[in-house]
Amino acid sequence: MNATRAEIAVVAVAELFRGDGEIVASPMGLIPQLGAKLARLTFEPDLLMSDGEAYLVTPDGEIEGWQPFRKMLDTIVPHGRRHVVMGANQIDRYGNQNISAIGDHARPKKQLLGVRGAPGNTVNHRTSYWVPKHSTRVFVDTVDVVSGVGYDNAAKAGPSAEKYHDVHRVVTNLGVFDFATPDHSMRAVSLHPGVTREEVAAATTFEIDFADAGTSREPTDDELRLIRDVLDPKSFRDKEVPA
Amino acid sequence: MADKRMTADEVAAELEDGMTVGIGGWGSRRKPMALVRAILRTPVRDLTVVSYGGPDVGLLCAAGKVKRVVFGFVTLDSIPFDPWFGRARETGSIAVTEYDEGMFGAALSAAAQRLPFLPLRAGLGSEVMRANPDLRTVRSPYSDGEELVAVPAQHLDVALVHLNRADARGNAQYLGPDPYFDDLFCLAAAKRFVSVEKVVETPDLMAGGPVQSLLLNRGSVDGVVEAPRGAHFTTAVPDYGRDERFQRHYASCAKDLDAWPGFVDRFLSGDERAYLSEVDKFEAEAA
Repeated sequence: MNATRAEIAVVAVAELFRGDGEIVASPMGLIPQLGAKLARLTFEPDLLMSDGEAYLVTPDGEIEGWQPFRKMLDTIVPHGRRHVVMGANQIDRYGNQNISAIGDHARPKKQLLGVRGAPGNTVNHRTSYWVPKHSTRVFVDTVDVVSGVGYDNAAKAGPSAEKYHDVHRVVTNLGVFDFATPDHSMRAVSLHPGVTREEVAAATTFEIDFADAGTSREPTDDELRLIRDVLDPKSFRDKEVPA
Repeated sequence: MADKRMTADEVAAELEDGMTVGIGGWGSRRKPMALVRAILRTPVRDLTVVSYGGPDVGLLCAAGKVKRVVFGFVTLDSIPFDPWFGRARETGSIAVTEYDEGMFGAALSAAAQRLPFLPLRAGLGSEVMRANPDLRTVRSPYSDGEELVAVPAQHLDVALVHLNRADARGNAQYLGPDPYFDDLFCLAAAKRFVSVEKVVETPDLMAGGPVQSLLLNRGSVDGVVEAPRGAHFTTAVPDYGRDERFQRHYASCAKDLDAWPGFVDRFLSGDERAYLSEVDKFEAEAA
């Protein structure tokens, strides 16, 4: 069974949660949701997951808890036992993320969602990002509006901002990236099978360190079965990440 | 015993130019849309709208009622962006106070507790500190010495919320899975108005749901409006879900300045009864 690019990405997202244990996984969007569910069905069975509304649910959809928005913001996020995977309209080399607006905040060229929970997420608990189309439009030198806080801005804001700040990884359609360099600039952890360094470099505005980049792992047969037969039998994943 | 029943138009008439109005619900979920539509029928303007924003913000922007929006997001949920809010931002016709979602709730909590601010980690290092130059930090007086955001209390002149049931005295109940922040909106406001799907006798409240569903007690409500389908086109589960077809129609008209006057003429130029009747016809045409 040859895995598609979308399936490689789902497994890469699942790997974000490895070792997380009994915390709330909050995946935003289709591929992050598939990845989190895959992790829960395989190597992270204790993850807690919401239905996107007010319930905590098991993989079978059975309700196991109540998690309305107020509880999320008052206790789950500040308490910190959570790992969110957000989308991003822009990400820069230090992991700052923008989902608020493009252009000047005072009068944007394009209004997007607003900062939503990104400022609180990024200073309170582990945060990762998912980018379905890796391009120079997304990976920019400087984000227009700092919604999710990156390493340089956390450092500038002081110890209270850095205390729980943990931008873990960025998964894209091309590879997996982290910020584990001396100055916390983005580096490649792995490129998906078939992706070249040149391809990634051309799709990224700033320079990326490829020195230790490996190849993203293939799904196991069991993982492929879960993705194809259980989690996404209609293959919506291919619409987000074309083969 | 006070009977607080009133009409949506009477609620809207309480608003004055320049007031700060908190609107309950979340995104395109349990928004007091009948009350918002009543505001659209008044000449009031220059409102500061405080909202976990959805089409309530969009419609008020479309009608030129808004001076400032205090928000963490504006979304239609199943459609990511509200076109009218986007246009108001991109043309610079409104000012904004943009908060993290948690800061927004903390601002209401501070007002509810009559505190000047609440300390929060959220906001540090992000655009919200830069875009809101009046925001200050506060240092812990304890040995940790932490420096946190001092989220200022967000007082409201008026709170507008929509729940599923209430009695005539203002005891009000939500029957869906999420209370959102409607009780905080009421506690942060000088005048508090709740619209409901149905006004019932007090004993019927307990018959309809568990005691935890009694979100508002009558001490935090000044007026009760019976507004069946009063959250349309947002959700008010279990009474009804979101009218996705109608929301798509709203969004496509809102995107197109040539189509918008037709939407206003058809749906927003009469009273609530006319609105619901046109909505029914719209559904029948599509069926």
